[in-house]
Amino acid sequence: MSDVHTTVDAKGLSCPMPIVKTAQAAKTVPSGELIEVLATDAGSVKDFAAWTRSTGNTIVEQTEDDGVYRFVIKRA
Amino acid sequence: MATETQAPEAAPEATAEEQLTEAIAAAAQPASDDSTPLERQLVIINWSGEFDKVLPTLILGSVGAASGYKTSVFLTFWGLLPFVKDSKRITGDGMMQKMLSFMQRPGISHMKMSKMNFMGMGPWMIGKLSDQYNVASPQELLEACQMMGVEFLPCQMTMDMFGLKADDMIDGLGDPVGAATVLELMTENNTGSLFI
Repeated sequence: MSDVHTTVDAKGLSCPMPIVKTAQAAKTVPSGELIEVLATDAGSVKDFAAWTRSTGNTIVEQTEDDGVYRFVIKRA
Repeated sequence: MATETQAPEAAPEATAEEQLTEAIAAAAQPASDDSTPLERQLVIINWSGEFDKVLPTLILGSVGAASGYKTSVFLTFWGLLPFVKDSKRITGDGMMQKMLSFMQRPGISHMKMSKMNFMGMGPWMIGKLSDQYNVASPQELLEACQMMGVEFLPCQMTMDMFGLKADDMIDGLGDPVGAATVLELMTENNTGSLFI
């Protein structure tokens, strides 16, 4: 797996800020590069799935560790 | 006889081949405008001016823009008042307009609750809980909306009725428009619209 281009730390934030911050960060990430998102909002699992479907980005890795959700998203 | 019949057949065959070549060339052309998918759009009519109703407008607006929807928010009636600058206290020209702004202080920091307001106790308690659970404030969400490119369209009729000037309003709003503009947006294809 190639290196992460940008990390978005959205831990502690609730809806809609993890999505909004990720979308803002995504603007600066070139196509094909990876964005790592860390979130504690339990709704973010479904929300990031929906957001990537809407925007054409792809979740390439998704893990959960002690209440912290980690998504690695490939920029469309 | 046989050669005579073959000759006219040969000509249409060649034409068919030419037609096929043309068709392939046409298919290879970039798709014309009507075959590209329409841009998805979200239109929100923000009619209410209360905290608990403006909040979902700003949440859905920011996520709409973040998800690639062309997002417009029409600010009408009470829903226009939170988009007056916080620093404005009394607005309007006539006595009635001034009295209205005194009775209902404009600005995003001065929104009330639609229920459980209890002379400000409700908003204070919700503010405390929002801090505790890291819920974004209306100010943060508005900033996110504007950064993500949500278009806020003030209602011209409401501006006139409350005596609000462009200078009374926060920066970054679109030009004031009327119902026809918003209806046109709402009825376009691939458009979701909400009245809040």
